[in-house]
Parts: sequence; C-alpha cells; structure tokens
Amino acid sequence: MSAAPTLIQASLRELGAALAAKRVSSVELAQLFLDRIERFNPVLNAFITVDPDKTLAMARAADVRLAAGSKDCGPLTGIPLAHKDIFCTEGWLTTCGSKMLSNFVSPYDAHVVDRLNAAGMVTLGKCNMDEFAMGSSNETSFYGPVKNPWDTGRVPGGSSGGSAAAIAARLAPAATGTDTGGSIRQPAALCGLTGLKPTYGVVSRYGMIAFASSLDQGGPMAKSADDCALLLNAMAGFDSRDSTSLERPVEDYTRDLGKPSQDLRGLRIGLPKEFFGAGMADDVRAAVDAALAEYRRLGATTVEVSLPNSGLSVPAYYVLAPAEASSNLSRFDGVRYGHRAAEYVDLADMYAKSRAEGFGAEVKRRILIGAYVLSHGYYDAYYLQAQKIRRLIANDFTEAFRHCDIIAGPTAPGVAFAFGAKSDDPVQMYLSDIYTISTNLAGLPGMSIPCGFGAGNMPVGLQLIGNYFDEARMLNVAHRYQQATDWHLRMPGGL
Amino acid sequence: MSLNPDQVERIARLARIELSPAEAAQTRDRLNAILGLIEQLQAVDTTGIAPMAHAVANGHAAQRLREDVVTESDRRATYQAIAPEIEAGLYLVPKVIE
Amino acid sequence: MQWEIVIGLETHAQLKTQSKIFSGASTAFGAAPNVQACAVDLALPGVLPVLNKAAVECAIRFGLAVDAQIAPRSVFARKNYFYPDLPKGYQISQFELPVVIGGQLTIQVGQGDKIYEKIVHLTRAHLEEDAGKSLHEDFHGKSGIDLNRAGTPLLEIVTEPDMCSSTEAVAYAKELHARVQWIGICDGNMQEGSFRCDANVSVRRPGGPLGTRREIKNLNSFRFMQQAIDYEVKWQIETLEDGGRIEQATVLFDPDTGETRAMRSKEDAQDYRYFPDPDLLPLAISSDWIARVKAALPELPGEMKQRFETDYLLSPYDAAMLTATRDAAKYFEDCVTFTGLPAVPGPVERGESLPLQGGAMPGVAKTCANWVMGELAARLNKDGKDIAAAPVLPTQIAQIVRRIVDNTISNKIARDIFDALWNGDGDDVDAIIEAKGLKQITDTGAIEAIIDEVLAANQKSVEEFRAGKEKAFNALVGQAMKATKGKANPQQVNDLLRKKLS
Repeated sequence: MSAAPTLIQASLRELGAALAAKRVSSVELAQLFLDRIERFNPVLNAFITVDPDKTLAMARAADVRLAAGSKDCGPLTGIPLAHKDIFCTEGWLTTCGSKMLSNFVSPYDAHVVDRLNAAGMVTLGKCNMDEFAMGSSNETSFYGPVKNPWDTGRVPGGSSGGSAAAIAARLAPAATGTDTGGSIRQPAALCGLTGLKPTYGVVSRYGMIAFASSLDQGGPMAKSADDCALLLNAMAGFDSRDSTSLERPVEDYTRDLGKPSQDLRGLRIGLPKEFFGAGMADDVRAAVDAALAEYRRLGATTVEVSLPNSGLSVPAYYVLAPAEASSNLSRFDGVRYGHRAAEYVDLADMYAKSRAEGFGAEVKRRILIGAYVLSHGYYDAYYLQAQKIRRLIANDFTEAFRHCDIIAGPTAPGVAFAFGAKSDDPVQMYLSDIYTISTNLAGLPGMSIPCGFGAGNMPVGLQLIGNYFDEARMLNVAHRYQQATDWHLRMPGGL
Repeated sequence: MSLNPDQVERIARLARIELSPAEAAQTRDRLNAILGLIEQLQAVDTTGIAPMAHAVANGHAAQRLREDVVTESDRRATYQAIAPEIEAGLYLVPKVIE
Repeated sequence: MQWEIVIGLETHAQLKTQSKIFSGASTAFGAAPNVQACAVDLALPGVLPVLNKAAVECAIRFGLAVDAQIAPRSVFARKNYFYPDLPKGYQISQFELPVVIGGQLTIQVGQGDKIYEKIVHLTRAHLEEDAGKSLHEDFHGKSGIDLNRAGTPLLEIVTEPDMCSSTEAVAYAKELHARVQWIGICDGNMQEGSFRCDANVSVRRPGGPLGTRREIKNLNSFRFMQQAIDYEVKWQIETLEDGGRIEQATVLFDPDTGETRAMRSKEDAQDYRYFPDPDLLPLAISSDWIARVKAALPELPGEMKQRFETDYLLSPYDAAMLTATRDAAKYFEDCVTFTGLPAVPGPVERGESLPLQGGAMPGVAKTCANWVMGELAARLNKDGKDIAAAPVLPTQIAQIVRRIVDNTISNKIARDIFDALWNGDGDDVDAIIEAKGLKQITDTGAIEAIIDEVLAANQKSVEEFRAGKEKAFNALVGQAMKATKGKANPQQVNDLLRKKLS
C-alpha cells in the first residue's frame, strides 16, 4: 500500500503521529496536498487563493519546530489546513468570495488564524465561499461556483462550500468555516463531512469578516468529530478584542472522547417533531432513522420533543441577518480599501457605483431587505418582532433540554441539489437552512456528521444540537457513532 | 405588504447601491418574495416577550471594559498600501460638499 | 406681534481619555494624518469594538455633577449613514437607553443688576464615537480624509428646549463648558474641537404650538453661537411674518456673512435605522461604581462658592469669580492656607483696624482674594497665561500677605515684590525684602524727620493746604513717600502729616 492514499485519508492524530515519527515532513505533507489542489481545483474550484511559496515557508518553519522537540509542539503542529476566505490572513488575499474585496490583501490575521498558526498549522490556501457568507450553495461567489466532489453537477452547500469541497476531495485534511444560519453544518452534510458550530461566544469573531454579528460563529470542518475536537481546542478561547467573546475556563474538547465512562448508555436524544415533518426528503429520513437506530443500539434513548416556534426561524432569520448585514457591509464604500468604481461624477455616485459593482445580486438583495426592516416605521413590526420571536425560539430549546441531553435530526431537507435548481427562487434557497437556523438564533452549539447516502448516492448528514457550552458531550456523541460506523471515512470516487 | 418602485429606489439610495431600471424591477420582485416570507412574523402574538439582541449565554453578560491605555502604534504605511487613493497621508474622495 | 424663542442645545464634549472609546489608538491632538487610525478606527473587514472604561467613568462623573440619573443598564446603538469621515458607515452611539438621564444646570444670565438665575434641564447625555475629519483644501477637486479623530470618545449632552434667548443659550454653554472642565472630563478646547454645540431654534406665538425647529450645527465659539442664534431667530420671524413656512433643516453658520444657511447634503430627511449594536453587550453600571466615582468627585463649583461665602466671608461676586475654574479656586485656597493665619478676622478684630494700618483691615481670605482677582489676574491676562502656568506661586502670595499683615511691607511695596517674583527676579519674598531693603519704615521718629524735611522743601503746598486745598495734602504725602522710596508706612505718614499741619 502506497503512502499517499493513506495520508490523504489519515485523521489529524494519524498525521500528527506520522510527523512525530518522521515518516513524513510538514513540507512533504503540504506538497502532497498542494499537488492535489493543482490537479483537482480547476474542476472543483474549492480554492480562491493558493500560494505554494507561502505555504511551504510555513511548512518549513513547522518542520523546524518539530525537529526542536515536543515542548513547542502540539497535536496540530505541521498539519496543513485550509481557511475559508472569510478569515483575514495577513499577507494573503482575503476576498470573502466577493469582487468588493478582490484586491484586499489583509494587513492582519484573524484571532482564529493567529491561534491555528500558533498551534503550528500550515495554511494551504483560502477557500471559496458564498459571497459575504450569504448563501446555501456556494453559487453566489464572485469566483464561480464550487462543485460538489461527490457529483460535480451538484452544489456542495454553502456558505462554507469551498472548505467542504476541499476536505471531501482530500485537497486538505481540515478547514475552517463559519456558520450564521447553517453554513458549516449544511455543506458538511452535503459533502459527507463533520462540521461544528460552537456556542456563540466560544470562538472569537475578531478578523472574521462580519455577516450577521449576533449569529456568526467560526468553527472546524474535518473528516471526524475527533479531528474537529482537536481543531476546536486550538480555535476556541477568550479574545479581548471581541466584546462578545466569553471569558470561561479553558476546555479540552477531546476530554470525553473514548472515555469508557462517557459511553452513550442513558443518553436521552430529543427528536423535535417539527424537524421530522413533511419538509424532509424520504432518502434523508431513511438515513437519519438508521442513524437513530444505531444510537439506540449504542444505548441511547430517543424522546420526542417540541420546538413549537421553529417554523418561524427562517422568516425571523431573514429579518435579523440581513438587518445586521446591511449595517456591517456599509464599510465597503471604496474609500479606504476594496473595490472602487473607475468612473463616477461625485461622492454619492462613487459610493453607489462602487457598491453596485462590488456586490453580487444576493448580497444586494439582503442589504436592501435589511435596510428596509430597520427603516423608520418598520422597525417595530419587523426587526423588533423578529428579536422577540428569537427569544421564543431560544426558550423552546431551553424547555426541550429539560427532557433530553442532546437534540438530533436531519441537517438539511435533502441531499445536494443541482446547480441552478434553487437559485431562481431565493425563498426556496432560504428554506435549505430550515433545520439549522434555529440553532444560530438561540446561540447553541451544533454539528453535522455523515450518516449515510441518499438519492444519487449523495451524502446525508445527521445534525446534533447541544445545550450551551456542551460541545465536549456533543463531540463525544458524534465520536461514538463514528467509532461504530464508517460513513465519515467514505470518499468520492475518481479523486 | 409589497414594495412599490419608489420604495425600492428609496431603500437603494439609503444603502448607496445603484440599481439600473432592469435591476430595480427584478430586485423588487425578489424583495417582495422575501417580504412574503417574513410577513408570517406579523401574525405572532409576542406581547410581554423581551426582544433578544444577543445569544442567550451573552444575555446575562455585560459589556467588558478595557483599561484606558494606548496599545496601537503607527501602522499607516501598511494600512494605506491597500488604499485606492492617498495623498499626503490622507484618503482622497470626491469633494465633500456641505 | 410677539414671538417667543425656543432653544435647545446639543453639545458634544470630547472626553479626556488616553485612548479611543472603542480601540486602543491614541486620542492625542495634532498628529500627522491617519497615524492614529488603527484597524478598528479604519473599519477594516473583521474588526470589532471594545469599550474604554475611562470613557464610562467620565460619563458617570458628568451625571453626578449635574444631578442626573445614571442608568444601571444602557445600550449602544448603531446610527447608520454614509459619509467619508465615518469609516464603518455607522456611528456607534446610544439611542433608546442612554447612560445618563435627566440632570440640570443652574445658569447666571445677564450682567450687573440685571442678572437672574435660571435652571436649564437636561434630557440626557450619552456616549458615542467621534468621526474623522474632511479636509476641503483642494486636492485637485477632492477632499482629504483624516481618521485620527475617528473613535475619540464623545459625551453628547442634550437639553430640554428651556432657553428663550441667545443670551440664555450662551450662558448655558459657558456654564457647561466650565463644568465639564471642572470635573476633568473635557479640556474644553473649542479651537481644537473638544467642545462643539448645535443649537435647535424655533419660534412661536406666546401660548401657541411649538414651531418647526432648525438645527444650527458645529458652533465652536460663544460669540458665533450668539450671532448665529440671533440671525436664525430674525430669519425665522421674518419668514413667518412674510407668510412663509419654516421647513425642518440643518443649517450652518457662516462667520464671514453672519448668516445661517441650510446644508445641501441633508436635504433628504435621514433615516438612521438605529438598532442595538450586536458587537457590544449592554453597559452595566453598579451602584458601587457610582459610589466610588462620587467619592472621588471634586467639590462642585456651586458647593464651593457657597463655602467661600460662608467660610471666607467673601461676597457672592468674589466667590463666583474665584470658583470659575478649579485651578483658580485651588490657587486661592492654597494662598489662604499657606499664610498659616486665620482666614477671617475673629470677633474681636472685626470692626477694629489691625495695628498700624488704619481703617478696617480686610481678613486674610479677602486679601488673598484681592491678590488673585486683581494683580494676578491682570498679569495672567496681559501675558496670556493660564493660572496653572503662573510664575508666582500661592506660597509666595501667602508670604506677601503675611508680611502685609505683620506690617513688614506696605501694599505698594507688596506689588513691587510681586512684580519681581513674576519677572523671575528672585523667588523668596523675605530674601527680596532684605536684598532691596524694602522693609516698611514704621519708626515714628524717622518718619517725622522726613516729614519735617518735606514740609521745609514744599512751602507752596503747605500754604495751599492751609488755604483749603485738600489736593495739596496728597501732594505732600506723595513727596514724603517718594523721599522714603515708598517704604514709609502710608497710614503713619498720613496721620503724622495731619498732626504737623494742624
């Protein structure tokens, strides 16, 4: 058996072991993935920016650290990683999938990037994404759509579509993503990966280009819960530059994984009846039901719970997120950085043209809706009302968690759809997030793990939703399933 | 509730985004579809419910305060290297008329 | 044809913090363009605000100083609009829940015997960030933007529409100006833009409904404020009397023409789309914190003025003069303290002249007050100096006063010593007295001898005096003082001369 297939399938722990045993160097590992990117990215379009010189320089530095010994090294040292192009990376183009930032070379590193760099990870490149994180299919990127490695006629999901496709095609062992309404979990589901959105406030947003500030969270995407736990250890933690970052004792998110005392016997899994209704496709239902059966076999019990207001989560989200976005995106005006129109007659024209040229259609729509729902006379009826409904949704979860330890259900209503299937009808597209959005509104942690295949042999994802700060348990619940099944190890053919 | 062309124009002006007539028409249709989605919120009785501006874990937290110390130094050259138009250390824009 | 004027003032006071309200960049004035604009101030993608504790303390201090309510919980909101000096495309301010609610200032309006007191009520005060600056010097038809100022903390102080004349408005602005400096939250430097006022002005018929108001922006001097409001009132009244309507507008005052004129860019009524800033959590201020700030708050001018009147027996006028600024008040009190003498005459001395000076001697406090408000103020004014930079120190004035009280020197000589100190010609009062031989001549015999000489040399004046000309007496006194180089005790010279001529 040759080394190459093993390395691209290896878990982060296995890669760490290989590096420690000097069976491979960080430079060799980086080169391996860079070669795959060169080979497959032209089709998949998962990466917007690749810079082998910079990558190999980081890899060489990692090799020096590894050679110097274990004191300065951790489980992630020397391992390559791709960043969603929403994280500011110093010296790298950071586009956020938009023409507006097509010339923006970031002068600083996001906090998450700082931490992963400090852990010794090696940046492989910047991943494609829906423009300004607004989308569920990675079709709104200025840099072209990303193809789902399982079927290149289908979307990978969004907005972290590039990160998901990169991992699925084994162009990177792991990636960072962000999740505002499901943008880590849904692409993870559509691409057969594991992705985690932490409790709001656990991962710093400093340097993570803002879409909807009260909903955005950065998180890890990889092939397994174990991998995500290792990444979360590096990504999480208080940052004084983010006022919404929480000061809490440092946690080891791997602590429950594999612990005999943490098996799933007695675990109560809540199944929201609203998530198991008509909206779910049959193939998704079958895979999810099979996964729940597996959980019962592992000793868990399932109990029906109710999230009565969850039907309002999509409309509430499409008031709140665009409202915050309309304000967050006002800084893109062509004055200090980013795209500026070549021709304009005066200041107002410069703004109007720069922004018309710099933003794609979906972003413009959301800015306009956002401006509208905040405007005089409509604020109470829309924005304030949506904030109140948000509280109802959060309260629903609090009530549900009185009856269960963790919540489960489908991540997405169907498997990955064909390009263009939903892009004509924005509302149809918005409903792709129907199961994930309420988690963001409440600020709870959520994960998606692969649990089978559906129509067209496309991956299906099982969603787990934990209580506040319950990531360690949630990861363990995912991990136990992954020890008993192998969906997460499957890889698309032809790659 | 649906938007007429004047309203769309007004919002586009507020948001400083130029819309061509064709774009304005299509945008109006799309916006009205979205408004149709969010209309459902109106029917919900939320009497006595406090709005939730921050995720619950933060709901009990208060704003952290920073000590009044200068921590930033001059990085003007770096920041202005990515600017569209600079002169004498100033960002240039079309003349601002008051 | 009566009209009532209704004026409300909004003042933006820059808070005296080292760093900005939401970032760690410096707030120092006068730096080269954009060297104090950090990533947060520039609104780079991904940056976030963190609140400066000192800015909050300033707000608490202000609230306490105007008897307002400090909100235990207040919220930062985004005020959305586009302008090149506003990098984020929104200003972080406070909207529905400000940090300070209510409050009031008592102002003295008018002059001389027409002075009256008035209470101006404050609606609220809130924290917000300042914008950058647009420089309109021609950069080939463009404006240059400097963001050093962006993010400087501001306290916006809003009054009720309580003022009914430009005089009242200016009196309020001056009082507020003094107050924010007194409590140390603002340096009050209007030329540097530390203290900026907007005036909301409308007119109405007595008993009638409120008229439409126009807002005069960015008044950065009291003189301009007076002129601008006067012009605006006149314009509004003329417009209405001509049958016209007043449209709500934001106007600028042009100091060259003396006129107010509506701003072009604000034609569209702005929709600021306020909403709570999701990047900032609600600001919590505990009663403990308020108590700590209160304990550290300096004595307020009103209380101090009262104390000066009661404890130092100063007139309300003198007390008001001396409590105009904290520096002046401290200087004055230090003078009194450093004399080591009782500040006011005891019951026995009151009404009795102090030895050898004749006439009722003002108490030590009053004497110090006279020195501070008289000689010191005049010299500071002439040299364009602040009291904090006065070359003469309270210890030195105190020593001068001691030497007057113990009769070592006369008032005239004291002024000479003051001059010497001011010009750096020595720094110890006693040393100067010694070196220049300035001790007052109080020996009766010596004075008599000099008077005899003066009378002998000035027969003409003697005869004129005997003929009834009182002025001649003064001339003789003058001669005697001249002969002693001003060192003779003037009262004794007076008394002895009268005796000799009688």
